[in-house]
Amino acid sequence: MNKPLRRIAIFCGLLVLALLIRDNWLQYVQADKLRTASDNRRVAIERYAAPRGDIIVDGEPITGSVLTKAGDYKYKRTYKNGPMWAPVTGYSSQAFDSTQLEKINDGILTGNDDRLFFRNTLDMLTGKPKQGGNVVTTLNSAAQKAAYSGLKNQGGKGAVVALEPATGKILALASYPSYDPSSFAGSRDSDAAAWSKLQKKSDASDPMLNRALRETYPPGSTFKVVTAAAALENGKYSSADQKTDSPLPWVMPGTQTELKNEGNIPCKDATMRVALQYSCNTVFGKIGADLGNDKMLAEAKKFGFDSEQFTPIRANASVFGKNMNDSQTALSSIGQFDTAATPLQMAMVASAVANDGKLMKPYMVSSLQSNLDPVERFEPEEMSQPLSPSNAQILQSMMETVVKDGTGKNAQINGVTVGGKTGTAQHGVENSENPYAWFLSYAKLPDHSSPVAVAVVIEDDNAVRDDISGGGLAAPIAKNVMEAVINSKK
Amino acid sequence: MSSTTNTPTHHTSTIGSIGAPSRRNTELALLIFAVAIPVFAYANVGLALNDQVPAGLLGYGLGLGLLAGVAHLAVRKFAPYADPLLLPLATLLNGLGLVAIWRLDQSKRLQAMHAAGDKATNQLIYTALGIALFVVVLIFLKDHRTLQRYTYISMVVALFLLLLPLVPGLGADVYGAKIWIQIGSFTIQPGEFAKIVLAVFFAGYLMVKRDALALASRRFMGLYLPRGRDLGPILVVWFISILILVFETDLGTSLLFFGMFVIMLYVATERTSWIVFGLLMSAAGAVGVASFEPHVQTRVQAWLDPMGEFKASRSGIQDGIIHSEQAMQALWAFGSGGTLGTGWGQGHSELIGFAANSDFILATYGEELGLAGIMAILLIYGLVAERGVRTALAARDPFGKLLAIGLSGAFALQVFVVAGGVMGLIPLTGMTMPFLAYGGSSVIANWALIGILIRISDTARRPAPTPAANPDAEMTQIVRPGTTGPDPQ
Repeated sequence: MNKPLRRIAIFCGLLVLALLIRDNWLQYVQADKLRTASDNRRVAIERYAAPRGDIIVDGEPITGSVLTKAGDYKYKRTYKNGPMWAPVTGYSSQAFDSTQLEKINDGILTGNDDRLFFRNTLDMLTGKPKQGGNVVTTLNSAAQKAAYSGLKNQGGKGAVVALEPATGKILALASYPSYDPSSFAGSRDSDAAAWSKLQKKSDASDPMLNRALRETYPPGSTFKVVTAAAALENGKYSSADQKTDSPLPWVMPGTQTELKNEGNIPCKDATMRVALQYSCNTVFGKIGADLGNDKMLAEAKKFGFDSEQFTPIRANASVFGKNMNDSQTALSSIGQFDTAATPLQMAMVASAVANDGKLMKPYMVSSLQSNLDPVERFEPEEMSQPLSPSNAQILQSMMETVVKDGTGKNAQINGVTVGGKTGTAQHGVENSENPYAWFLSYAKLPDHSSPVAVAVVIEDDNAVRDDISGGGLAAPIAKNVMEAVINSKK
Repeated sequence: MSSTTNTPTHHTSTIGSIGAPSRRNTELALLIFAVAIPVFAYANVGLALNDQVPAGLLGYGLGLGLLAGVAHLAVRKFAPYADPLLLPLATLLNGLGLVAIWRLDQSKRLQAMHAAGDKATNQLIYTALGIALFVVVLIFLKDHRTLQRYTYISMVVALFLLLLPLVPGLGADVYGAKIWIQIGSFTIQPGEFAKIVLAVFFAGYLMVKRDALALASRRFMGLYLPRGRDLGPILVVWFISILILVFETDLGTSLLFFGMFVIMLYVATERTSWIVFGLLMSAAGAVGVASFEPHVQTRVQAWLDPMGEFKASRSGIQDGIIHSEQAMQALWAFGSGGTLGTGWGQGHSELIGFAANSDFILATYGEELGLAGIMAILLIYGLVAERGVRTALAARDPFGKLLAIGLSGAFALQVFVVAGGVMGLIPLTGMTMPFLAYGGSSVIANWALIGILIRISDTARRPAPTPAANPDAEMTQIVRPGTTGPDPQ
């Protein structure tokens, strides 16, 4: 009987061998794939196993972590002034993953980033608990507060972006209505309920949309700043006070349609200064049509249109139409037709003008820290030069006239030179819906440095249509933001 | 055939020669390791979970040490020539099982679903009962051949045990598999005991019938085809396995019993044809049943597409089938452990939920001890099975050989079926890893199994009696003259 017994011995060995091979496949070959699978709860457990690092504004954390007693997750994310900072921080939820700075810098915040390896090893050897690194932002809390409370008091949907023209630092980034990322940071039923309540299908105002970066609006008259820049850069006009070739009424080329101005304003052959001051559609429409689609598009692209921006949070690409005929280009050049811009984009336009024509790349993370030691620093970067310095100064003087004598008087600040442009963009079928109120501006100190450029957009479903104008609704918010920045510098 | 029974063939050198060392001191030395390793593991879990050596360490160490000591003394007294590896290996597995069960007891998630909390204490009690049964086997089973007398009683008992879960009001349906019975608050898995009783029956039956089964056959295409009427027993066992599969819906139990029978049949008859028949019949049976039994289909589906089953379980679709995410959770546990594991107490195998400390306990080792730990554990199981096969080789009587190979073959098959199921190599079944997993039936029955193997190995390795003292030899001499009466002495 021993021969079959020996064969059974081999058979038992083969059974064990099969298990060993399977185990090697599972725990060696497939291990990483299984370990990092998104449905594997351990991924989130690991993320919340240690206190998360913080996102820092003006030296103060705007986030925190609390020890939770129940469940798999040891710590839960908390936010200070969550709705105000949500467009910056995004959220980090045990049940619903994470977005924006929380997502982009997850490695640093959890402490799992390879660059923290040395410190983690040191902590392990010295018995210190593992700790995440911090993300230091460029934001200015006073400006952010002014922006957010301005939108909130106003009550409609809207967004504010403020930049430091010389560096591209993002100083304020507000969106309204907003959401509190603390409300669904956990994994309980109440978190799931809060989450589903915030989704667009249950809340039509879509509070989780980051309007400052992810929504494009027709920029309306504020786009005339870009058209004026194109006129100057292409040598169409070389001064703010040179009479333009602008008939009134003006029939758009290739059509029988007159381009209308808002009310009876002095637009016939007006100088660009006057045309910007009164926001003449005919003057800038004709400049756009005369320059043509290609030149207008080229100038818009220099300001950042047509490409996504990474701040590092992604901002949608703003649009200026392509392959348009002259009448379409004319409409596009006054911010109508296909033209659409994010609030960030229009802040970049104001910022480039204020910075003597040089556009700095907008960014909101100044450094990544581990335990107060910088892991990585981010320096200002030049993005493009949409205007020569002299042309930029011409455009500045035009925008300053708008605030001094024109539609932007609400943005005046004592002792500070303010340049700006209002906009009221029509939208909806046959312009049936309430227009968007725009205002973009910059402030210039007596020493000619420019600390801040702002773009404000408000979409107000409740306001009476006639009441909406960039100067009335948006300019006061821009003024408060600029003042907050200037005061915080003192 | 019978002439070869007691005559070792020349190459069967495994039988201890005269004056073979008893190896009891080797066993004792190994036992010290088998107790020390789980004690260290226990301390490790406590340090990882609570930053302190667990309060129960002394009690746990003394308890396990005491049980191992009692078992060792029993072997020393009642089976001095037994295989020295079996007891330490079983102790080590049992001790590591206790550690993992205690570790899962600390999980709040499992406590909340009443799947853990005080299971380690229970398991320690079961271990004590198991070792008590082990000692009882050694004391009262002086010679394993006495079991041969109970061949047909064993058959009745085995059938009774196997069919017990089908008795209305007694059987308990645990997540689809009906292999449990419930008495009061106790649940018992009769299959674990049936495994041993059935091995006794098969050994006794095959020893008697093997000549008929082996010799009367026709040769066809290189295979010896059994006669039609000799197919009877295998057909009966096959049919009973199919009944288990259909009515208790457990692939593992069914496969285990049929596999054990085929192995023993092959060893008894030395006919490869039985293996071929066995494989064909089990394949036909499994495919046939799977074609209409929804529980088996779900298990197969979960094996082929664990992620799909996970999603189905999460989405809570109601299609009359219990979808379970456990298969996928177990795979994630293994994958997250990687090569070296997270270390004791630092994994999240509790995510498996229900049965994390029984059917799926291997996943806890996979996550916390990694590939290295699982390979070690699988090799320990392999070693137990191979020591069993070696005992069969060494045994001097066909009944002992058949019983030893039946028990060790069943042990190896069970390890394969359970570990393969948890690791996704084959569909999941409702059985548990011997010694490691939580469960009284399993621990007690497997200690009895080890006891029987130790008894057989003791008999096999015992120094051969001197020829003069051999009663068989005397009897032969007395019979030879032709007297028909009994031995006058």
